[in-house]
Amino acid sequence: MEGTGKLGWSLIRLWALLVYGFMFLPVAVVVLLSFNASQFGSFPMTGFSFRWFVELANNDAILRAFRTSVTLGLMTAVISTTLGVLASLALVRYKVPGTNMISTFLIAPILVPEVVLAVALLLFLNFLGINKSFTLLLFGHVIFTLPFVILVVQARLVAIKRDVEEAAMSLGASPVQTFFQITLPLMLPAVLAGGLFAFTISFDDITGTLFWKPGGVETVPTQIFAMLRNSISPEINALGTVMILLTVGLPLLGAAIARQLAQKSGP
Amino acid sequence: MSVEAREARQPWILLSPALTAVGLLLFVPLMFIVVYSFWLRSAAGADQVGFFLDNWQEALSDAFYRDILLNTLKIAGITTIVCALMGYPSAYFIARSKGNKPVLLLLLMLPFWISYIIRTMSWINILGVSGALNSLLMTIGIINEPIQMLYNETTVILGLVHFLLPFMILNVFVSLDGIDTNLESAANSLGATKWQSFLQVTLPLSLPGLAAGGLLCFVLGAGTYITPMVLGGPRDAMFANLVYEAIITQLNWPLGSALSLMLLVVLGALVMLYNRYLGMAQLMKGLG
Repeated sequence: MEGTGKLGWSLIRLWALLVYGFMFLPVAVVVLLSFNASQFGSFPMTGFSFRWFVELANNDAILRAFRTSVTLGLMTAVISTTLGVLASLALVRYKVPGTNMISTFLIAPILVPEVVLAVALLLFLNFLGINKSFTLLLFGHVIFTLPFVILVVQARLVAIKRDVEEAAMSLGASPVQTFFQITLPLMLPAVLAGGLFAFTISFDDITGTLFWKPGGVETVPTQIFAMLRNSISPEINALGTVMILLTVGLPLLGAAIARQLAQKSGP
Repeated sequence: MSVEAREARQPWILLSPALTAVGLLLFVPLMFIVVYSFWLRSAAGADQVGFFLDNWQEALSDAFYRDILLNTLKIAGITTIVCALMGYPSAYFIARSKGNKPVLLLLLMLPFWISYIIRTMSWINILGVSGALNSLLMTIGIINEPIQMLYNETTVILGLVHFLLPFMILNVFVSLDGIDTNLESAANSLGATKWQSFLQVTLPLSLPGLAAGGLLCFVLGAGTYITPMVLGGPRDAMFANLVYEAIITQLNWPLGSALSLMLLVVLGALVMLYNRYLGMAQLMKGLG
């Protein structure tokens, strides 16, 4: 019996290994091909080269898309995190009647299929006179990222004890002083995590963005999508590699910073 | 104002910006497209305001829409089952591994952070005419001419599984990790084999996580239009592609509204059903 258990576990381990391979292989191929010296973005590889990254840096359309994505992501992160942190504070710190209903209401934007959210927002704001524009994109990205921010911030906020704040208040600090000198520094990792999450989701979004973006404006994902219509070029793979570094590197960096902060302010 | 009244008002002040945003940018627009779906597209100029049933009649009675809706549900269903089969053992491995659990979990979450469009297009590098697989098969000499393996229903499902698998694994992991391993030991010491104790103790206790992962895979899979556009052929359109066609290509916004609402009702019903029996809390655990 012990033997079958061991065999079972080996099979599970093998299975998991294959699944890891399935998840990573295609991504690894993108990175590999981005260094391909060949004219075409395909096998066989003819040599190692950085030429596609150089071409990337000289491609105005891609640079423009990059700037749009970063601006949009940063603005989305700031607005979404502000709204999300305030709401999470209310949900975690106060006894509000109907907390469950409020929570469900606030995360509704991710319970509704994104296509439907995209159509509804586009048609409604157009009716109000706001056409496809950067403003519409920003509204869309804020509403779509808000639930994620609330979920992340709420989960971390629960861990902060009220005792410290009460101690500060009993020592004569005003509520405003307490918030800025005690609560906010303690919340900082949660706030950063929420902001980072919002930025990454906004930076990656394509489903809603294709509905909201005005003609001629591209974000990085929609630019890639447009380039795919022609054929897959090594330039797309190079852009993919940059995106992978960014979207994987940023959260890892964020996690490291959060850990540092948590250690500093910890007991 | 009394102190108590101020205390009671504070949370609402904190909540009001978020509640207003969700109300104005989600709920009001949803109600608006309900109204819009009864308007009529006019050949030129603004859509005709009124109460017309034409769009709904077209959306509900045309076999074309019905077939694509059924096909969409089928694709989402297969995707969900494949995700469960691939994801459950992997999540079990992470949860019960004696190694570094956070690192194993992080490794599986990394693809989750990588852009959806990049992960979708990466399959073109693997399966395309000049992709890795064709190149490999030709080098070995199994084939002489590259085969077109892309742009069919299977590659759409493949792309969706690659996109959605982390959602499944994370949800199953969360529920497996919460099970007291003593329960399994107890079952074993009472004479159950490993397999029996898994089937009768662990599996039933992890079903809520499996259901949460399944719901996410199904709803996200059934709502996508990017994957079929990148990895599917002309005949592999899913329901969300029809919405995209109506809104963006044909500019038939009233019909697009009706189609969007159809999708919302079908997928919303699933979410409601899930909420009724298992509650939202399980879903939140996995997302948070």
